[in-house]
Amino acid sequence: MSIAEIFASEFLTKVVIRAMIVGVLVSLCSSILGVSLVLKRYSMIGDGLSHVGFFGLAIAACAGAGATYSMEISIPIVILAAVLILHLSRNDGKISGDAACAVVSTGAVAIGTLLYNFTGGKSGDICNSLFGSASIITISNKDMVISIILSAVVLLWFVLSAKTIFSVTFDETFASAAGVKVSVINLALAVLTGITITVGMKMMGSIMISAIIVFPALTATRITKNFRLTVIFSALISVVCFVVGFFAACCLSLQTGAAVVTVNLAAFVISWLSSRVVSRIRTKKRVASV
Amino acid sequence: MNLITAKDLTLAYDGHTAASNVNFNITAGDYVCIVGENGSGKSTLLKAITGEIKAAGGSLIIDRNVLKNGIGYLPQQSKIQRDFPASVREVVLSGCVKDDSFGLFWKKESKNKAEDVMHLLGIGGLADKCFGELSGGQKQRTLLARAVCASDTILLLDEPVTGLDPDAAHEMYSAIRMINRERGCAIVMVTHDIRCALNEAEHVLSMCSGHSFFGTVEEYVAHEKVDIEIDEKRHNECSHSCGEHHHE
Repeated sequence: MSIAEIFASEFLTKVVIRAMIVGVLVSLCSSILGVSLVLKRYSMIGDGLSHVGFFGLAIAACAGAGATYSMEISIPIVILAAVLILHLSRNDGKISGDAACAVVSTGAVAIGTLLYNFTGGKSGDICNSLFGSASIITISNKDMVISIILSAVVLLWFVLSAKTIFSVTFDETFASAAGVKVSVINLALAVLTGITITVGMKMMGSIMISAIIVFPALTATRITKNFRLTVIFSALISVVCFVVGFFAACCLSLQTGAAVVTVNLAAFVISWLSSRVVSRIRTKKRVASV
Repeated sequence: MNLITAKDLTLAYDGHTAASNVNFNITAGDYVCIVGENGSGKSTLLKAITGEIKAAGGSLIIDRNVLKNGIGYLPQQSKIQRDFPASVREVVLSGCVKDDSFGLFWKKESKNKAEDVMHLLGIGGLADKCFGELSGGQKQRTLLARAVCASDTILLLDEPVTGLDPDAAHEMYSAIRMINRERGCAIVMVTHDIRCALNEAEHVLSMCSGHSFFGTVEEYVAHEKVDIEIDEKRHNECSHSCGEHHHE
């Protein structure tokens, strides 16, 4: 189906625009939050929380809520998991951050799968939860409203707390000594990440949602060596990759999540190769000048 | 004016007693070196002063003005900072976060303060460079500048010259001395380099398991004389070049 054919139908146009708005806003939020998560070596939190999101969908299916109230059930569960992961990985030396994520993540997938089994869920339900819905028709007006509110909150939080976020991301110990409420920033980061994951999971799937947190941030760090520019580039890359992946999925009848992640992967590979080439040229020039 | 006073202080970390019966008194403009073997509770003491952990016993009294103005802290470098995409200016400005935490852009006063401190410490020309691309000495001076932006009352420095070559270590000691003498900022520095500590500090806090000693450098030398003589051969090897710089 071509883009012209999609926009020829009023129904399809509405569906595409709705899905597009949700996707762009979720991409924007995940890429902004992703910079801090990646730089703090907390990428696994995104992965862990996305698996908890799968568990939330399983609970919703178990409670008979289906897709209609899945977000109302999943969001509180993911927020609780975010708090739990932060608590477990706090610097008391008992469980390291990545181990805490692994415990929560694998536990959530295992129990979620069993819940689907017990409720007689079809393999299609599990596939939709893991890999994202094959059809963007499932993206509702409610999803759009939630994603608009979420992105407003994330952007506002980032604009108001940019300096403390940088300080905590760069050096928690110093930030704490300087009087910054480090635990509040970490909690806000984890909770907003949890909500972003839950909102974006329907389209991207719980396995692939963490990719749109990690890839744009990693790609941006190859391009610039300035924190503020890294955040801006990360947001731009994420939105552009989503739009390209989304339309590719629409036109070629592909899974949206897989298409978006593949475009993100391509962007990362291109930026990585480019940065290596630039670095080699600079080294050669330096050697030549010496 | 007393900035920090400890009386019979006991520190515990992960349920283990790191130090006990620690007594000291840090006044405005003082220069105190904390020495002691690994695991004697030196870094734990800094964590207690910054409020990261609580005292397990005794008392640790921190002046109200110090709490109000904040503490400049130079922690040991972490792995995160090595490839962090941040300019030197961004890192130094982050020291002003206590007074200028709201909004997306830094206030003019914060920018001016950061520029002043960067020029004072000789890193003004590196302001737009990436922090990760600096040499070890330049990185430490950047982090010192950030600490100075955070507080002009007291700086806590946790092994600031570890991993630096002798020249970079010498420059770092000079920068710390300048901040102490020209700005009247109290320095509390954890170090393993006893010789350099004795050359730089006014007071020494020696922490050993079970007991601690606090006094002037002369009192410390008199108190630990035998140990220092025993250590002299070893220190001649490990801190020879640093010692040379100070005797120049």
